[in-house]
Amino acid sequence: MREKILAVLEKNSRINIKDLAILLGESETAVANEIANMEKEHIICGYHTLINWDNTSEEKVQALIEVKVTPQRGMGFDKIAERIYQYSEVDSVFLMSGGYDFTVIIEGKTMRQVALFVSEKLSTLDSVLSTATHFVLKKYKDHGTVIAEPIHDERMPISL
Amino acid sequence: MRNPLSDTIVQIPPSGIRKFFDIVSEMKDAISLGVGEPDFDTPWHIREEGIYSLERGRTFYTSNAGLKELKEEISRYIKRRCNVLYDYAGEVMVTVGGSEAIDIALRAMINPGAGEEVLIPQPSYVSYVPCTILAGGVPVVIELEAKDEFRLTPEKLLEKLTPNTKILILPFPNNPTGAIMEKEDLEAIAKIIIEKDLFVISDEIYSELTYKGNHITIASLPGMKERTVLINGFSKAFAMTGWRLGYACAPELILTQMLKIHQFAIMCAPTTSQYAGVDALRNSDEDVKNMREAYNQRRRYLMHAFREMGLECFEPYGAFYTFPCIKRFGMSSDEFATRLLQEEKVAVVPGTAFGDCGEGYLRISYAYSLEDLKKALERIKRFVVRLDGETAL
Repeated sequence: MREKILAVLEKNSRINIKDLAILLGESETAVANEIANMEKEHIICGYHTLINWDNTSEEKVQALIEVKVTPQRGMGFDKIAERIYQYSEVDSVFLMSGGYDFTVIIEGKTMRQVALFVSEKLSTLDSVLSTATHFVLKKYKDHGTVIAEPIHDERMPISL
Repeated sequence: MRNPLSDTIVQIPPSGIRKFFDIVSEMKDAISLGVGEPDFDTPWHIREEGIYSLERGRTFYTSNAGLKELKEEISRYIKRRCNVLYDYAGEVMVTVGGSEAIDIALRAMINPGAGEEVLIPQPSYVSYVPCTILAGGVPVVIELEAKDEFRLTPEKLLEKLTPNTKILILPFPNNPTGAIMEKEDLEAIAKIIIEKDLFVISDEIYSELTYKGNHITIASLPGMKERTVLINGFSKAFAMTGWRLGYACAPELILTQMLKIHQFAIMCAPTTSQYAGVDALRNSDEDVKNMREAYNQRRRYLMHAFREMGLECFEPYGAFYTFPCIKRFGMSSDEFATRLLQEEKVAVVPGTAFGDCGEGYLRISYAYSLEDLKKALERIKRFVVRLDGETAL
């Protein structure tokens, strides 16, 4: 049941327990318990809203930063990651395979603000060797949802 | 001027949904639950193969029976999903949708004017009766009932058997009822088919959309492969209705003749669709699974809503239709559907569009997003409550 609950919630975290229980053919209590347990076990870590900020008057810039580091003795990658993710400007931190070590996603009000954060906070960390900043220009699809275009039902209204 | 028309075709009535179609098309903010095709887009990797085939300039005819790769994949797929082995070289052909396969199977098997009878369980898809008539056969309707969950029972079959019976059409999972036939149901039918030396045209276009166990084809039962034309296609399983791609698997004896009709009338199924079809069969297990799960969730949702509003409905385990009973409101399916459309702007299809025995029922499709279903169900509920108030007076 867990996988099925998660599959639905991942697409629609606003669905209420009653509807979810009907969809899965389970009792409301069972579904509520599973969700509570998964929250406790940190399988469900939060409920987010997918916002297309481009359609608001709010100015926001997002940047993806490739970070190379030297893992230090007794510290490893986790400690460095922690020093990075503690900043509230930092949206996501991923440890990567390949040419660099961390992908850091940063959100700010202006490009200048993001650039300042990178140059003053991120690249000055002891273990950080280098950074490469890439600004997001336009989002087409995010979290499995196509942002650009609304969906139209183009089927004939009645067919046999 | 002489009458240019064939009496046979003139006497066949057009399908009964034109009226609703016209009203809905004009109506603003109407919600339709009347659609008979998936709401999903064809998975992108399949579309991409179609596009790629065009880029490569694959714009020529294929051989009449279809691309070799596609026939091979069909053969593998049927083995994998239904456990019947068809030789791709002589027992598989690619058609323009399942519809063409139904037509040519009937034409290949019926001697026109010889009084050969084709048993057609109803409610069912609208093409079986006209195609039988056009092929020169005699359609004999078997009226299925809600008390049997709209399955075909041996009793119902025996009731309509005559010395002239030649073919049984087996339309399961069923449009419009959502009924399925499980293994025991099929075994009982197969026994009669073999005993009475009959043939089956099994229209399994909804085979991937089964919500209780795996779909079973009658062709997989002992002694049935040589008596069965198995028809399936890409429309429902892979959300590919507009590609017009289907197939038939049958004993070489029958398929050879079907292929002749196809060769003269059609040439070959669209080449682009065939290339896309190869990819559909190779790489879509996960897509199909996800779509099936989504339909199943909506199916549960709809059934729950019907129960809550006191709309009687047997539990359907196939396709993407529910077939609720509206007899208690004391009006015909057509009246109910017309009023529902006019008063609440929800379009459904009256059961009678699928045969006279569909009277008293509606076909409600759940090939819609949950949001659409919710909106429509609220309106249907309001309508039902109002009707209950009227009858109480």
